[in-house]
Amino acid sequence: MKPGKLKFWLPAGLFVILAAVLAIGLTLDPRRVPSPLVDKPAPSFQLARLWEPDTQFSTEDMRGKVWVLNVWASWCVGCREEHEVLQQLANENLAPIVGLNYKDKPENARQWLNDLGNFFELSVMDRDGRVGIDWGVYGVPETFIIDRQGIIRYKHIGPVDYPALTQTLIPKIKSLVEES
Amino acid sequence: MRAFILAWALLVSSASYAVIEVREFDDPDKQALYEELIDELRCLVCQNQNLAASNADLAKDLRRQAHEMIQQGAGKDEVIDYMVDRYGDFVLYRPPFKPTTLLLWVGPALFLAIGLVVVVIVSRRRAANEEALSDDERREARRLLGD
Repeated sequence: MKPGKLKFWLPAGLFVILAAVLAIGLTLDPRRVPSPLVDKPAPSFQLARLWEPDTQFSTEDMRGKVWVLNVWASWCVGCREEHEVLQQLANENLAPIVGLNYKDKPENARQWLNDLGNFFELSVMDRDGRVGIDWGVYGVPETFIIDRQGIIRYKHIGPVDYPALTQTLIPKIKSLVEES
Repeated sequence: MRAFILAWALLVSSASYAVIEVREFDDPDKQALYEELIDELRCLVCQNQNLAASNADLAKDLRRQAHEMIQQGAGKDEVIDYMVDRYGDFVLYRPPFKPTTLLLWVGPALFLAIGLVVVVIVSRRRAANEEALSDDERREARRLLGD
């Protein structure tokens, strides 16, 4: 190869490689931070229920069951977006969905469920967001799948859409239910 | 010069501590630890800000968490471990050195090394070319330069 050719192709090649790397970078979502909590025991909590504020719900109550924890709030736009998708999940009757009502006013939360429909097994109120911090929540909505042993097995960040539901969440829950 | 330093200090301090609430500590050491920590921990909502600079709701909650832990006597490592256990290394502006962060730490040095190699190659080549003038060319050059 003549040196002149190398002078042309070397920068051109480097440019193509750089462009490819940056293009891949553009398709990644920087908001998707991998959670260190996956495959770790779910942080336990005990909170008052949204509809029966005098009754407490404890994560211990779910021991032995595969269940879903969905972090939501009436002020959260993405939650509205994913509501009908999660309704679909509830219709499948695979696992109970517990709502963690995150930093919300109870009256707003109840109104929201009245308007959009309430598929939750139950919702609990995390008014000051402490349980949220314990679960590493940083953007609502977030959805966790917890297995019979109380281990977090999957975390979905952001609104669940239909592809995520049918390709990931439902198969994951089914395999956990079949696991003994 | 003094005025410049003062202006700079004002500029920097207002940039990092403008939005946050005042937290009381029973011990100036705890206060210092708190300020050091919120400077080093990242807000996960507005990802290019630290906890000290962010007025996002989550940042406020995490500051409250740090404040409470420090008030109860937690050390720096304890607070950092607490945050990393829940939010991962991403919460640290100074992530630990391990296989997944290798490129992050070594990358700049690697690029510097590549740059140095290129500079050496180019300058050597240039030096070699300079000596490549024949006697005729030298005479021609002198003639052109009017010597």
